[in-house]
Amino acid sequence: MNLNEIIEKLPYTKPFLFVDELQHVDENSISGSYTFKEDLDFYKGHFKGNPVTPGVILTETMAQIGMVCLGIYLLGDAFNNETVIAFTSADMQFLKAVYPNEKIMVTAQKTFFRFGKLKCEAVMKNEAGQEVCKGILAGMITTKL
Amino acid sequence: MNKEELIAKLKVIIKPYTANSEAYDNLTENTDFIKDLEINSANLVDIVLDIEENFDVVIDNTDMERMLDVKTAVEIIETKLAAK
Repeated sequence: MNLNEIIEKLPYTKPFLFVDELQHVDENSISGSYTFKEDLDFYKGHFKGNPVTPGVILTETMAQIGMVCLGIYLLGDAFNNETVIAFTSADMQFLKAVYPNEKIMVTAQKTFFRFGKLKCEAVMKNEAGQEVCKGILAGMITTKL
Repeated sequence: MNKEELIAKLKVIIKPYTANSEAYDNLTENTDFIKDLEINSANLVDIVLDIEENFDVVIDNTDMERMLDVKTAVEIIETKLAAK
């Protein structure tokens, strides 16, 4: 499965797709990037007159790149319309603010993928290479729950 | 390790993943992980991984699918320990 095929298989679309491209994937890790365009709807309200990317959106971005894209790759042909995806836990640290039009890179290392549960350690960096967010994410990616 | 000791050890493993504390306090062999303790499938995986670590056994997919109540979990762990 190539990198573009993984993105095509993602079950998200605008305004909730937070993956632009993937740079690398293997059995144990993945990296990808996304640019938070200034016209994203949540900037109108977070915060009033002072747009900053919400932590929940950073977490979602890390989950889409670090967990769902990696999970799709790991499942391979077993990923289909029957596959159920559920975000089950996140233990995150938010280190720096991410402003409109910033491009971020997410890299994730698989901790384990067993019995349909994928757990990863993920790091998000800004274009200056500074860590903006990091944490441990887990989810189910399986044909039944 | 006898059955009582095994259940006691299992109970410690299950505790952090339990969503129904009353069912946990009244845990018996017939307690169901999902119906009684209200443990979700993601945490059920954590329990199985903790069982592997604590009892030094390997659980396969077939065992995992059966491991839905205390009684079956104990049976599977006993079988794995006996085979060592």
